[in-house]
Amino acid sequence: MASQEYVVRTRGLMKQYTMGNQTVSALNGVDLDIYRGEYVSIMGPSGSGKSTLFNAIGGLDKPTSGSVFINDVDMAQLDAQELAYLRCHTIGYIFQTFNLIPVMTALENVTLPTVFAGMSTDDGIERGMELLNLVGLGDRYHHKPSELSGGQQQRVAIARSLANHPSIVLADEPTGNLDLKTGTEIIELLKHLNRDQGVTIISATHDLKMVDVSDRIVWIRDGVIAKIEAREDIELKIGEMEGELAH
Amino acid sequence: MNSKSSAPPSRSEIKRQIQLPFRKAVEISIKSIRIRMGRSIITAGGILLGIAFFSSVRMSAMFADIQNEITKDRKARIQAGTLKPTEKDTKLIAASAVDAVEERGAANRLKWLSIMGLIVCTVGIANAMLMSVTERYKEIGTMKCLGALDSLIVKLFFIESCLLGLIASALGFVLGWLAVSVVNLVVLGLEAFGLPFWLGSVQLGLFAVAMGTALTFVATIAPAIRAAQMPPAAALRVEI
Repeated sequence: MASQEYVVRTRGLMKQYTMGNQTVSALNGVDLDIYRGEYVSIMGPSGSGKSTLFNAIGGLDKPTSGSVFINDVDMAQLDAQELAYLRCHTIGYIFQTFNLIPVMTALENVTLPTVFAGMSTDDGIERGMELLNLVGLGDRYHHKPSELSGGQQQRVAIARSLANHPSIVLADEPTGNLDLKTGTEIIELLKHLNRDQGVTIISATHDLKMVDVSDRIVWIRDGVIAKIEAREDIELKIGEMEGELAH
Repeated sequence: MNSKSSAPPSRSEIKRQIQLPFRKAVEISIKSIRIRMGRSIITAGGILLGIAFFSSVRMSAMFADIQNEITKDRKARIQAGTLKPTEKDTKLIAASAVDAVEERGAANRLKWLSIMGLIVCTVGIANAMLMSVTERYKEIGTMKCLGALDSLIVKLFFIESCLLGLIASALGFVLGWLAVSVVNLVVLGLEAFGLPFWLGSVQLGLFAVAMGTALTFVATIAPAIRAAQMPPAAALRVEI
């Protein structure tokens, strides 16, 4: 499934924030390679720097030093217009708080990226309906975000992130504001999209339900990568633990 | 899907794609005003009241001039013997004699008052627009994540503020105009509503609407540009 081509690479990624006259390091040199078609979870406690890493990979914030390569393009070399193009076409974003535009209907929210991409209204609506059907909300297209449940809003957000056929979907705590059952559904949907559409999914999370569907898990602690585990290893460990319990 | 990464698009292609058609931008702005009606009414209310205050001050000044003209005219005709003075005339002429000294002072006061009106109006508009932009930081951040350029966000806000300014200052002028006109209709009678009144009204109306719209526009520039230039991550973090 995962070919050996890199879709995201980071080299020596550092990010420092100044709080008053104190400098806080959120990232201390992160080198991370992510293959095309992979489902990667970035895990770590809050304050570990995973959201900062997420923002740097997504081009939402500039790192203090180090570089991020998306499809072998150094993000620091892009001008505003090229960066906007990248955000529009190559990356799809999913947020913990859904971040739908409250004044627009589900369909309008999903079609908005296609408007920015210069797609005609008819094509945009067609694409929007196709995606809403894909996430199982085809019949709620005219509803405003306030008229949808949290899980449904997140589905709309997922549909929106896919609008322009991105090669990467970045999800920042996608299940953080959802209950257990809805969270599981959203994770299943993401995995389904990853498997069927070949989208690379990078998710910052501390939801352990994510472990099960991820190809690799990147553990972050204090701004550095503590360890990277493949799913097979983790399953093995869980198996061992169960085996021990049986004795 | 994977084929996308192979050929990076040319710069001209990028430019063409990210430009939002003007019609579409207007559509989004109107929708944004309509759906956020409560907020829009409060914003528009600030502009409306500011312009209404300004218009009423200017209208009062205009009526004072018209009244002066009428009194002067009647006085001349009475002195020439072509008009029989009524009781009201005698009172008005007596008052105007006393007022003559104060006239200049009164005109000055009105001028100051209309400048004050402008200042009140500007502060009200700036406050309303600042609030309306700040409230939408998160939305701006989201739009930038979806591929909107800074200029596009600024454009959306400008169209919205111009539309809002236009409607609100037109309504504000009508309100100020109506209030002062009704009062003067009772005090001065129909005589004051001649050609000078209508000419003056049209002139003032155009000026008030143009000024209201321009002030709204100017008040939006700073907050809109600041919001648009924020890195998306910062805009998304903002909690209101």
